[in-house]
Amino acid sequence: MKVEDVVCPFCGCLCDDLVVEVENNRVTSVENGCTLANEKLMEDHRLKNPIRRERGSWKDVSYDAAIQETAEILLDADRPLLYGWSGTHGEAQSVGVHLAELLGAVIDNTSTVCHGPSILAIQEVGHPGCTLGQVKNRADVIVYWGANPIDAHPRHMSRYTTYADGFFVKDAFKERKVIVIDVRKTESSAVANEFVKVDQGGDYAVLSALRAIVRGKGDLIPVKVAGVTREQLFRVADICKNAKFGAIFFGLGLTMSPGKNKNIRNAIELTEELNRHTKFTISPMRGHWNVYGSNEVFTWISGYPYAVDFARGIAFYNPGETTSVDILRRGECDACLVVASDPGAHFPRACAEHLARIPTVQIDPHVNATTHLATLQIPVAVTGIDAEGTAYRMDGVPIRTRKLYEGTYPSDLEILGKIYARVKEAKGS
Amino acid sequence: MTGLLVKNAYVIDPLSGVNGEIMDIAIRDGKIVEEVGSGAVVIDAGGCLTLPGGIDSHSHVCGTKVNFGRYMSPEDMRAGRTARKGVMHVTSGYSVPTTFGNSYRYSSMGYTTVLEGAMAPLEARHTHEEFTATPHQDMLANTLFDGNWSIMEAVRDKDVKRAAAVVAWTLAAVKGFAIKLTNPGGTEAWGWGEDVHSIRDEVPHFGVTPAEIIETMIQANELLNLPHSVHIHCNNLGVPGNYQTTLDTIGLAPDLNRERQSLYLTHVQFHSYGGSTWKDICSKSEEVARAVNARPQVAIDMGQIMFGRTTTMTADGPMEFKLYMLHHNKWSNHDVELETGSGIIPVYYSRKSLVNCVMWAIGLELALLTKNPWQCMLATDNPNGAPFVKYPEIIALLMSRKLREYEMKAIDPRTEHFVPLFAIDRELDWYEIAVMTRAAQAKALGITRIGKGHLAPGAEADIAIYPLKPDELDPAVDYQQVMAGFAKTSYTIKRGRVVARDGEVIVEGANSTIWTRAEVPPEFDLNKDPEFVKKFEQYYTVRMRNYPVQDIYLPRGVSIRTEASL
Repeated sequence: MKVEDVVCPFCGCLCDDLVVEVENNRVTSVENGCTLANEKLMEDHRLKNPIRRERGSWKDVSYDAAIQETAEILLDADRPLLYGWSGTHGEAQSVGVHLAELLGAVIDNTSTVCHGPSILAIQEVGHPGCTLGQVKNRADVIVYWGANPIDAHPRHMSRYTTYADGFFVKDAFKERKVIVIDVRKTESSAVANEFVKVDQGGDYAVLSALRAIVRGKGDLIPVKVAGVTREQLFRVADICKNAKFGAIFFGLGLTMSPGKNKNIRNAIELTEELNRHTKFTISPMRGHWNVYGSNEVFTWISGYPYAVDFARGIAFYNPGETTSVDILRRGECDACLVVASDPGAHFPRACAEHLARIPTVQIDPHVNATTHLATLQIPVAVTGIDAEGTAYRMDGVPIRTRKLYEGTYPSDLEILGKIYARVKEAKGS
Repeated sequence: MTGLLVKNAYVIDPLSGVNGEIMDIAIRDGKIVEEVGSGAVVIDAGGCLTLPGGIDSHSHVCGTKVNFGRYMSPEDMRAGRTARKGVMHVTSGYSVPTTFGNSYRYSSMGYTTVLEGAMAPLEARHTHEEFTATPHQDMLANTLFDGNWSIMEAVRDKDVKRAAAVVAWTLAAVKGFAIKLTNPGGTEAWGWGEDVHSIRDEVPHFGVTPAEIIETMIQANELLNLPHSVHIHCNNLGVPGNYQTTLDTIGLAPDLNRERQSLYLTHVQFHSYGGSTWKDICSKSEEVARAVNARPQVAIDMGQIMFGRTTTMTADGPMEFKLYMLHHNKWSNHDVELETGSGIIPVYYSRKSLVNCVMWAIGLELALLTKNPWQCMLATDNPNGAPFVKYPEIIALLMSRKLREYEMKAIDPRTEHFVPLFAIDRELDWYEIAVMTRAAQAKALGITRIGKGHLAPGAEADIAIYPLKPDELDPAVDYQQVMAGFAKTSYTIKRGRVVARDGEVIVEGANSTIWTRAEVPPEFDLNKDPEFVKKFEQYYTVRMRNYPVQDIYLPRGVSIRTEASL
């Protein structure tokens, strides 16, 4: 069976033009997808059933027993943490926030180790952005800063920027200037019209230099700024000022390098400065396909995009204190529910060690690094393959993922709904 | 079901011609009925003011830009927090509360229906997700067409029927309710960092003017027989001297509909400025009100501002950038491909700012100078002028000259030279307030036909009982009681169920989303139209098949079907 207009549940590009072939509850071929999409859609290594760690080895358990045990672990905890969420659909995320509210737990998503600093910058100075189609149809200048889309978001350039023809840009490849700013050469820098190589840790200074030039204070600029020559800085500023529509996309190279949220704040303020001359927008290259959805869902329910602490009844937010890494590092958390992510692979060692010490339940289709720290794992359907639901693209456009076949696994939503019901019953509310 | 009987109610139901009669209201199966049996649950209203559920005809509560207002403003989230209590979820936020926060606060004030003022079609799914999490109000979505490429092409080709077909397809696809034009043409120009400055300016690249867009859309709206009229946020919002643009826009409106206005102008306070700079800005409410009084084919809402902190958010991207250039606080912008734009900045309206004082006066003047209350609705363009929790204060200001005098002493003393408010004696009565907060909205939106905004048998049993005894109160003097009374109902009844009591929500909500489906003849169905399909193939970044909002997003959708006259 052929399914068209399939939405890819891998990266924040959320491409929705895939064509897949499905046979016997398996995806057998993928058209239009990048290598990441093909790998995700065609993989076939799922955990078969819930498993529980017992004296150093894994025992199979029933879904019902696993759900009951999860509810008990969470109810028994003083400081539960519900972490992950970027790899599942919005409806499941919503149950997650309500579960956290009911438990007085902390709920956090993967932004906490990803674009969290970008969010902090946005909370200071705002975010002049746009949808990706606005870039595709209008932009004549594209800037990738600390991002390597060819590796991390393989179709970003062909669908939305460098190679994407649009209404006002009929021949994108010829009419569009692409600037890549990074600390090293990448595959993406190889296709740029202008590659700006910044010394490691020098992004903030380069952003400040560009702001100064755009503001008309170019005479302040020394011969070199963080490894970038004065000539190149002026050239880049000039390209940006003369753009009809410019779009900056930034990645973790800017967000997670020294300066962190201050880098992003500087980049946003550069964008704002450029808007006094022409049209410019800026957007984070969000990683997971629905990490932005977790920010959206958390926000409309609790008021905050991540790191929400319900321990005092109200929603409390203080990144650095209520963020997962900090709670785990302080050894404060005494039970953790991981949904649709892999902190075992991405968190600092001390945090992973703490996860191994406390009861950690993972809801995830696959065996991953977190499995090795967990006490219990519940496999679920993969959203976008055998489950469906809402996802938010990196630019905020919501798209409903498709279910490609009727599988046998329950969805995140079903599992979480049952856990929620048991917790609610136990709480008598 | 045994039913519910509200006894001894002091009822004002303008659409039914009831003005202050002590009555009983019988309810069964969510509807008002002639009578119920003796087994009905009885609520004794004790002679208190009983009105149809409040309807907000222009408010920003759900969707992409509203949520971004929350996302970027932890300081606002902190400014209004409540813990989980009974069936009530945690809430956060003062000017941009979380969805449950909006829903509970509206419900406590007796509001049972709210229209979201601006939904970008491409992001409609988001609006509907938040509607579902706003459970105590029936929700409707104004759908943005101000920078819609297919519309502008139809306008350029002088093809009204094609414009109508685009509207019909889009409303059905995104489950929208009505046509919204926000700074028509200006949001497209903002795609290049530009704007339009009069209704006769040309939109870059499209060869059309705002006036042509407005006129075409008014015609298209009537061809589709939509319940509401075109709902417009005029060009030049917030610009000194913009009243001329507003008068020009009002001048475009023909009288095409016997049931309601043909053009709804929203937050007119922001569009009634004289002068040429921020230094000589003055009120032109008299000119605007005179134009409204002379033309029954237009209706407006106030767009009142109230002093204090709030967040501005609108599809009018260029306006928000201008505002940012004044305030230098923080600025978000979000252009939406082929359709529209949006912007957000926080603001503080100060009694010490002459400009803000003039704005404050203009909103009240519009309400007091518009003779027919059915033509002027009470709203703040929530949260742009003020959060909706300020409505009771606005009601009190309109009902009491004494309160206005008290306030006028607290504001910048120069204000008097720039506004007529100080010379206006009118005090609105209970009936007029009832019109301006529910009946006029129901009529203007065209939803009386589905039982909204009135209490006649057959109507939806959406009722607000306020702890106010009109026979014992003089609102001109007892304005504190008026404010307190309108802030918290004794009972809010939604579809026959008591949902809130004395300011607390007591049941889980189960709202509906109301949308419009205009049936068009097959030759106007755009699903296979090559030009229309091409927009998705070549310019949108979402496939045509993935664009429409699936039914699952409207668990209790109510569609108003119309037959297009194409």
